Amino acid sequence: MIAAIETREVTKRFGALTAVSEVSIRVEQGDVFGFLGPNGSGKTTLIKMLTGLLPVTSGEAFVDGLNVMSDPEQVRRRIGYMSQQFSLYTDLTVLENLRFYGRVYGLRNQLLSERIGAVMAINHLEPYRDVISGRLSGGWKQRLALGCALLHEPRILFLDEPTAGIDPVARRELWDLLFDLSSRGITFFVTTHYMDEAERCNRLAYIYNSRLIAFGSPGEIKQLPEVNPAGARRVEITCSDLMRALHSTAKIEGVRSATAFGQNLHALVDDTLSDGALIAAIEAAGLPGATVRTISPTLEDAFVAITNQHRAALESIRG
Amino acid sequence: MANIFGGFKAVMYKEALHLRRDSVALVIGLIVPLAQLAVLGFGIDTNVRHVATVVLDEDHRQESRDFLNRLSNSDTFYLKQYVSSDRELHEAVVSGRARVAIEIPPDFSDRLRKGRTAQILVLVDGSDSSVAGQAINVAFGLGLDESLRRVLTPGQAMPIDVRAQLLFNPDSRSPNFFLPGLTAVLLLSVTTFLTAFSIVREKERGTLEQLFVTPVRPLGLLLGKIVPYLVIGYFELCLILTLMRWVFFVPIHGSLITLLVLSIPYLFVALAFGTFISTTVRSQSEAMQKAFLIFIPSIFFSGYIFPRENMPAIFYWFSFLVPATFYVDITRGVILRGAGVRELWADGLVLTVMGVGLLLLAARRFQRKSINS
Repeated sequence: MIAAIETREVTKRFGALTAVSEVSIRVEQGDVFGFLGPNGSGKTTLIKMLTGLLPVTSGEAFVDGLNVMSDPEQVRRRIGYMSQQFSLYTDLTVLENLRFYGRVYGLRNQLLSERIGAVMAINHLEPYRDVISGRLSGGWKQRLALGCALLHEPRILFLDEPTAGIDPVARRELWDLLFDLSSRGITFFVTTHYMDEAERCNRLAYIYNSRLIAFGSPGEIKQLPEVNPAGARRVEITCSDLMRALHSTAKIEGVRSATAFGQNLHALVDDTLSDGALIAAIEAAGLPGATVRTISPTLEDAFVAITNQHRAALESIRG
Repeated sequence: MANIFGGFKAVMYKEALHLRRDSVALVIGLIVPLAQLAVLGFGIDTNVRHVATVVLDEDHRQESRDFLNRLSNSDTFYLKQYVSSDRELHEAVVSGRARVAIEIPPDFSDRLRKGRTAQILVLVDGSDSSVAGQAINVAFGLGLDESLRRVLTPGQAMPIDVRAQLLFNPDSRSPNFFLPGLTAVLLLSVTTFLTAFSIVREKERGTLEQLFVTPVRPLGLLLGKIVPYLVIGYFELCLILTLMRWVFFVPIHGSLITLLVLSIPYLFVALAFGTFISTTVRSQSEAMQKAFLIFIPSIFFSGYIFPRENMPAIFYWFSFLVPATFYVDITRGVILRGAGVRELWADGLVLTVMGVGLLLLAARRFQRKSINS
């Protein structure tokens, strides 16, 4: 089967700056593909190359089997794009926005009304059809944007941080909607900062400093050797004073790294350090009542570990 | 199946929706040029009249009084004050109370009676060149006229009789001369400015980027933006012409149809320029500054205020790059001289070529932002 998206060592340079460096990924049809990385790491640049907004400097990129550089016209007809900022016409109503995007894709009359009807049904937009879109709340704006991107029945949808700045309930509902659509065969390429969202994706790519440093399903990423180094295990420490505990724990002999994680600490410790010895060491630092349990790494643990390793490697190269 | 005008109809329809929703701004946009037209139509009069004049008459006899009467009857001079000393005369000019000072020496009548050359001193404040020029001309003319009357025997005809006849604007009315040219400048504000803003607004809001992921092509987008504003520009033109004809009584000597047809290429250039500006800027305030780059030359180099023939060579040649130059020629041609398509087709052609060129340039600049197709 043709990959929905395939890149081969895609690179984007702006003058001396390399924004995306030799990234190769493969997204299967019907995947919900999560694309992660810190701000400024090159996520949006890669999306812009795949959607034809920016030319590729070197390497090759295919969307639905079509080369984005040589066949942009056909690519545009098969994709939908929802950018980071709300980019619809805030002075037009929901229906007017939908009509405009439908017409842009050449939909007319009967077909146009049918598609608008279908999209409004999926996104539950009917009650808002005559509302000026600028007056919608964040979640409903995103539903409208998604609706506009779906009108022409694209095979692949690119969503750049679709849930940034919307409330948790709207966020969850939007993701439920994505899975509903994905079950109908649409491929999603989604960037996000939220780990719970990443956890729901079939496949993930993690980009750091313009380079792809992890690629695979959430499970595969958590099993990577960088995340689970030999002779060490991951523990969750629960105690009272989180910030003090973080500083003290990091200094304990046999603790390789420690990170605050919600109300707890996650630490990577040597296998030789037992739970009892760890609790004793924390109590010795003046923090009684700590509990310790061995855990398997979360996705966030995995990304923190991979990023740290990558950063260390970069620093050793730079001296 | 690459349609280079892709999205034209959709964009045009959407643009009309924006305009309808923001109709208050549109009405204000239409009224402002009309207000400017009214201010200039009522306010500008370049004809020099009633120049404040101070007089030192040391002769005080029939001859000097006759001459002063003629001056005051000329309509150019307004004899404001009579003084009794040289010092007062100078003071009146220096202080700005009078623009012209006239001194008639004590022997004026005596010299005239003896057939010798009598002298009159006319001091002119040169700080306003058009007032000074007119004052000097009229003063000379009166002197020459008076001299001839004395030299010629009564009943003898003038050897040469020059009769000037002002064609096209017989009354030398300023509105007749200024308002047709002003049309070119006023139309810019509802064309160049509004299109540039409407495209840059989409840049600022990110909707332009969204459009480039769709099958909308640059030419379709730009033409879709241009057409609604062409209609508005045309409507504004009709308002301006109505005001000009029935409020300021500027007679239209040529055919209105010719004027309306030849206005289309000018509106098109002005709009294409707006689209071009929008490709070079990121914000509406930047667009405003760049739009003045066409606004200012349209005022100063188009011949609307200063005759192009008097310009230094470099400005004269530069004026051929300013679209308003050709349109000022068209409006004055049709309205004042009664010229038709036969005389003005070249202006229309130049404007059309400029417009198409600018539009293609703008489209190409947009194209480069996305991948070429």
